[in-house]
Amino acid sequence: MLNNKSKIMTSGNLAFAEAMRQINPDVVAAYPITPSTEIPVKFAEFVADGKVDSEYIAVESEHSAITACVGASVAGGRVMTASSANGVALMHEIFPIASAFRAPIVFGLVNRSLGAPVNIHCDHSDSMPERDSGWIQIYCEDAQEVYDSVLLAVRLAEHKDVLTPVFVCQDGFITSHCYEPVEFLSDEAVRNFVGERTPQLPLLDVDNPVSYGSFTMSEYYFEIKRNQMEGMNNVLRVYGEISKELAVQTGREYQPIDSYRAEDADYLIIIMSSAAGVVKDVVDEMRENGIKAGCLRIRFFRPFPRDELVKIAAGKRGIAVLDRSASIGGTAPLASEVKSALYDLTDHVPVQEYIFGLGGRDFYPADAEKVFRTMIHSDYSSNVRYIGLLDKDDKNGQN
Amino acid sequence: MSKPQTWQDVPPGTVAWGASALSVETGLWRSMRPVFDYDRCISCLKCWVQCPDMSVKTDDSGRVCDINLFFCKGCGVCASICPVGAISMCPEADFTDESAEHGENPGDVGAHVK
Amino acid sequence: MGKINLKELTKKQNPMTEGHRMCPGCGAPTAVRQALMAIDDPVVVVGATGCLEVSTTVYPYSAWRVPFMHVAFENAGAGISGIETAYRVLKKRGKTEKNIKFIAFGGDGGTYDIGLQSLSGALERGHDFTYICYNNQGYMNTGAQRSSATPINANATTSPAGAYMSGKLQRAKNLTEIVAAHNIPYVAQTTLHDPVDLISKVKRAVETPGPAFVNVLVPCPLFWKIKPCDQVKVCKLAADTRFWPVYEVIEGKYVLSYKPLKNLPIEDFLSVQGRYSHLFRKGSERMDLIAQAQADIDTEWRKLLQKTENYTC
Repeated sequence: MLNNKSKIMTSGNLAFAEAMRQINPDVVAAYPITPSTEIPVKFAEFVADGKVDSEYIAVESEHSAITACVGASVAGGRVMTASSANGVALMHEIFPIASAFRAPIVFGLVNRSLGAPVNIHCDHSDSMPERDSGWIQIYCEDAQEVYDSVLLAVRLAEHKDVLTPVFVCQDGFITSHCYEPVEFLSDEAVRNFVGERTPQLPLLDVDNPVSYGSFTMSEYYFEIKRNQMEGMNNVLRVYGEISKELAVQTGREYQPIDSYRAEDADYLIIIMSSAAGVVKDVVDEMRENGIKAGCLRIRFFRPFPRDELVKIAAGKRGIAVLDRSASIGGTAPLASEVKSALYDLTDHVPVQEYIFGLGGRDFYPADAEKVFRTMIHSDYSSNVRYIGLLDKDDKNGQN
Repeated sequence: MSKPQTWQDVPPGTVAWGASALSVETGLWRSMRPVFDYDRCISCLKCWVQCPDMSVKTDDSGRVCDINLFFCKGCGVCASICPVGAISMCPEADFTDESAEHGENPGDVGAHVK
Repeated sequence: MGKINLKELTKKQNPMTEGHRMCPGCGAPTAVRQALMAIDDPVVVVGATGCLEVSTTVYPYSAWRVPFMHVAFENAGAGISGIETAYRVLKKRGKTEKNIKFIAFGGDGGTYDIGLQSLSGALERGHDFTYICYNNQGYMNTGAQRSSATPINANATTSPAGAYMSGKLQRAKNLTEIVAAHNIPYVAQTTLHDPVDLISKVKRAVETPGPAFVNVLVPCPLFWKIKPCDQVKVCKLAADTRFWPVYEVIEGKYVLSYKPLKNLPIEDFLSVQGRYSHLFRKGSERMDLIAQAQADIDTEWRKLLQKTENYTC
C-alpha cells in the first residue's frame, strides 16, 4: 500500500479535486464561485472523461447545491462539494440543517472575503460566520495538508460516533492556486482508506421509513440538539485514531494544533492557515537571535481544541492572536476562542489581539517580527491592533 | 409516544419514525359526526375518495362499511358530496355515552408540561 | 395508462396516513392522498415548509408511511434532485435494486414564490421526479399572507381589503405556463372537482420519465372563508367558472381535460367565499372588479383553447 505514491506540482484546488477523483463520491452538487470554481470544474471534467462514475449536479445556486447535497447524503450517498465567500453565505440557512440531519458531507471551503465590498482574495470572513453551524472546521496550511485532510475528513465525517459534516478550509488563491509539490497516495490506497459509507437511517431504505426535519416543539427540540452536539464532542478522539491510521501510509500526522517550537517558547503567535508559514520562518530567525519564539497554528477551529491549547499556552510570557477575520462589534473569532480557553489559567498570560490580511492583504515576515518584538517590550493593549492597515493616526506606518 | 426522551435516547438526525401519527386521535376534534344510512348508500365511493382524513372504511369488496371515528374530524365533506343523501352530520354531543380506546391527544405536546 | 378503478384502490395502503393535523375539510390532504393513491412503486417524498409539511410531521408523529424529508421552504426542487440523483448512482453501483419514485410537494408559497428558482433548476436539469403543488392561493400556514398565486381582488393579510384597497391588486402568476415553458414531458393543472381526473394525472406524471408537474387548486376553508364541508363544491365551481382550467400539456401538446357544460359566471365562484366578501358589500359593491375578473377569465380561456385547437386530440 505504500507503493505507487506520486509527487506532482499542483495547487490546493487541484489537490482537493484529485482527492475527490480518488474517493469517487456518489454525488457532487456544486456551483462555481471564485476561488473554488476549479474544484467543481475539474470534477466535471473527471465525470465527462469517465474517470469517476459519480453523478454531478450542476445546480442553479449555492443554496440549491447544499440542499441537493443534503438530500443526496440523507438518501445514503457519499457527497462532496466546494464553495467560497458569498456562496457559503447563501448556503448559511442549510448548514445547521445538514449537521442536524447528521449528513456527513465533505466540503472544500476555499476561504475568500465576504462582500461588501466585492473582493476575491483570501480572508476567513466566509467560514467564521459558520462556526455555530454544527460543522467541523479544519484549516489547512498548504496543498499537501488539503489533500491529506480530505481523506481524513471523509472517514471522520462518516464515523458512527461523529456523523458530522466537515469544512476543509484552505486560503483562497494563496493555497488554492499556488503550486507546490504534493504527494498523492495511489487510487487503491485511497479507496481502501475511505472504504464504503454505511449510512444511518437513509431515505432510500423504503422498508424502514423515517421522516427528517419535523416541526418540533419546545418540549423536544433541546434534547435533539444536545444529541447532535455529542457528535462534535467525539471528534478529537476519533480524529486521533484516524490520523494515526493515515500516518502509517503517508508518514504525515497532523495534530489538532500544529505546534511549531512552541513547547519551550516564551512568546507565541497563534494563527491559522497559510500565514502560519510566514510566522514559522520568523520563529526560526528569532530563535537564531536567541529569542524563544513559537507558533501555534490552529488546525481544528471546530471543535476548538481547548485542552490542547491550555496545555501548551500555560506559562508563556505573552501570546498574540492573529485573526484573518473580524467579528464587528466584538472579539474576533480566534481571539475569542483563545481568550475563553485561557480564562481559567491560574497564572494569567497576556494576550494581544490582532486583525490582519482582510481582503487578501499580504502578511509579511516583518509584520510577524514586529508582533513578537511588541510582546517582548510588554506592549499590550486591550484594544485590537491591525496589521498592515493604513491609519491616519499611525505615525510609523503600522499600528 | 409523546413523552419527551432524554438527549441520549432521542432518535438521531431529527428523525421521527414513519407512520407514528397513527396513534394520534384526531377524532377528538370532532363536534359533528357523520352518520351513514347504509340502505341508501350506492357505494359510489365519492365519500371514501374525498375524505381528507381517510376515515371512510371499506370492506373487502370495496363497499363503504363504516366511519373511522378515531380519526374522523367531522368536516362534513362526505355528507356534502354524497349523491343520494346517505350521510347526515349529527352533533357529537349525541354520542357521549360511548366508551372507546383513546389514542394520543393532538392537543398534547409533552407529558412533562403538566 | 390503466383506467382508474376506485374499488381496486380501496384495497391499497396510502403513503400518507391518518392522524395528520391539517384542518377539518382542508383540501391539501385530499389532494395528497388522491395523488399518491395510484402509485404502485415505493415513493420517497420531499415536502417544502408549509401547511402540509408542518401538519404531517409534528414531532414525534409522522403521517408518512414512506421516507420523508423536509429541508426548508424554498428548496423542495433541489432536495428532491439530490435524493433522486443519489438513487440513480446507488442503483448504478448496485447498492439498491428497488424501483423508487420521487415526489416533491410544495404549497403555492414554496413553489410560485420562494421556491421557484429551485423548481426551475430541477425541471431544467431533467431529474426524474414529480412535483405537486397544492395551491391554496396564499401563505396559509402563517395566516393567509398573499402569494403570487393569490388571485386578484382576494383578501389576504398582506394585501387586505381595506378602505382604500380592494384586496390583492395583481393578477395571479400563471405558474403552470411557466413550468410548461421548461419543455418538460408532462404538465397538468387540476383541482378536487373529479378525483379520477387528479389520480390519473398524477399517475401519468409519475409514470412519465423525467420531470413532471401537477398544479392542484385546493381550498383552505379557514382563509377562503368557506364551510369545510363545501371543499369539493368550491373546487367544482372553480372548474365550472373556468377560474381554474383543468388541462394537461403532454410533450408540449395542450389537452383540455374538462370543458364545463355551462360557463358559469365568475360571480358564482367569488360570492361563496368570504375572502371576496368585500366585493359584494351592500352599498360598496365592486361590480367593476368582478366584470374585469370575468373578462380576464374569458381571455385566458380563449388563449388556452387556441393552444389546444392547434393540435388534433
